[in-house]
Amino acid sequence: MLGVVGESGCGKSLTARAILRLIDRPGRIVSGQVLLDPGAPEQQDLTALDPASRAMQAVRGGRIGLIFQEPMSALSVHYTIGNQIIEAIRAHAPLSKAEARARAVALLGEVAIPRPETRIGAYPFQLSGGLRQRVGIALALAADPAILIADEPTTALDVTTQAQILALLRRLQRTKGVALMLITHDMGVIAQMADDVAVMYLGRVVEFAPVQRLFAAPRHPYTRALLRSVPNLRAVPRERLATIGGAVPHPEARPVGCPFHPRCPEVIAGRCASEVPLPIAPDRPGASCFHAEAGA
Amino acid sequence: MNVLEVDRLYKEFPIRSGFLQRETGRVRAVQDVSFAIGRGETLALVGESGCGKTTVARCILRALPPTGGAIRFSPQEGSTVDLAPLSRRALRPLRRHIQMIFQDPYASLNPRMMVGDIIAEPMLVSGVPAAERQARVRVLLDLVGLPAAARTRFPHAFSGGQRQRIGIARALALDPALVVADEPVSALDVSVQAQIVNLLLDLQDRLGLSMLFVARDLGVVRHVSDRVAVMYVGRIVEVAPTIALYARPRHPYTEALLAAVPKADPALRDAAAAPQGEVADPANPPPGCAFHPRCPYAVERCRVELPALREVAPGNFSACNRAEELTLAGVV
Repeated sequence: MLGVVGESGCGKSLTARAILRLIDRPGRIVSGQVLLDPGAPEQQDLTALDPASRAMQAVRGGRIGLIFQEPMSALSVHYTIGNQIIEAIRAHAPLSKAEARARAVALLGEVAIPRPETRIGAYPFQLSGGLRQRVGIALALAADPAILIADEPTTALDVTTQAQILALLRRLQRTKGVALMLITHDMGVIAQMADDVAVMYLGRVVEFAPVQRLFAAPRHPYTRALLRSVPNLRAVPRERLATIGGAVPHPEARPVGCPFHPRCPEVIAGRCASEVPLPIAPDRPGASCFHAEAGA
Repeated sequence: MNVLEVDRLYKEFPIRSGFLQRETGRVRAVQDVSFAIGRGETLALVGESGCGKTTVARCILRALPPTGGAIRFSPQEGSTVDLAPLSRRALRPLRRHIQMIFQDPYASLNPRMMVGDIIAEPMLVSGVPAAERQARVRVLLDLVGLPAAARTRFPHAFSGGQRQRIGIARALALDPALVVADEPVSALDVSVQAQIVNLLLDLQDRLGLSMLFVARDLGVVRHVSDRVAVMYVGRIVEVAPTIALYARPRHPYTEALLAAVPKADPALRDAAAAPQGEVADPANPPPGCAFHPRCPYAVERCRVELPALREVAPGNFSACNRAEELTLAGVV
């Protein structure tokens, strides 16, 4: 399970949309590759596909399922949840209506919706926020995907419901062997869920590390600052939180040099404001920071 | 002396249906809620959506008329007035003493007004002279950490955190006796959230603010509040001093809320199970204790008997039938 964490505007959701080729014009992928099944004979570069092509549609909702922050953005108000899941199943597999219905009931059971045979006839508005997100997850699982991308799947939910949905995602990942890319702004959710973590800032991955290492020994000053600013349930009363000075710059006003340097407490004079630190190597732990380069 | 005493507050909303919009039932959004806020104290009112916490806040601000109960407010030492039965007209001179900080810093500021005018508006309404307003706006901007030049700019030029600072300056303009903050940091990014939490802490220290801090989880509450009241389906289920509540909750719902906060520590994974089921519908609450269908400690008695809120340890009130015999897990 890969956790992607960052504040609003860091590009974490845009990365997910780029993978699924859902970028609205005039936005476009300028360069780079998105490899599905890398190294396998059926390897595909998704950036080479036409977003509207049949091949891309087979990937989107087929090989890769998407779970949204607000499940209503994936669900239609006009159809029952059963109809929508059945349609998603049949879009990717040659099943009869009856077979697809049986599979939809099974899916609703897998996401722990009580009485799935009855609930399959419900409309989304008849369900609570927590149940709707379960339906959103069932819909993402409809075509038995290899990868699930969950974009802030619990941000709109109450804490006890959030705990239930996170437990469900963890269980599904274990039982179905699906890979999960979990996008969140919450370091708590990352600590509870991820195996590996990518920390994003202003459109770049500034640090990548296994979760234990990231929390025990964060290497990028931004990661350290983010971790310190999380509210602490053991705080002494009136304890101040560590803050990061300033705010995330507007994407059009990207600073020269290291994008974090105007807010960085460990800025190196004469260097960070003019030079850009090396990007991190794919899949290898590291931080895009001159301090980390020096220490490596 | 307390700045606010809420005494057995009730608020019901009619459920209307059909062509004639006849009343077919009532949602008891707030039932028998009592608490007090001391001068200079911050009380957090915590609960999940639909628990009635915002309805309580709106009753105190008298944006809603309560169905029953008293809201005794004391703007100065020695003068106390019950806000619950007052008419709009009678409320008008009192409104300046209770101010609100809103959750959404984007929706709560008029985009067509300059920041200086937004902050000065409560003073304008209360008849503060123009020269005094101008001077006070400068003081307030400085107090919340914004540059004086912000005065002549419009809200769109500011980030979410800066807008929340503007909202706080506006709330403090008339030196209110009580500030009601409705989830003031839940819409903000973590790094900005930390800045606003620290600002509220500074203001508490410098101005001796009395505050009702409404929140939906127990994360930042630990940092900002002196005491915590937890609500579930319209009722207060626990009230305790902050440290006591986190160290040893006395209601199973508080225990569940504490367990549900995702801990920023990978070593604490899977430590606590998520509570089962969903929040009860306030229009159709279960009999007995409203939490019993989700409670791992529920016994037969909980299905029938509505537990009373009572002092189970010094300063620590719980509405759990088994509060005296249970030892619940906190964070230590």
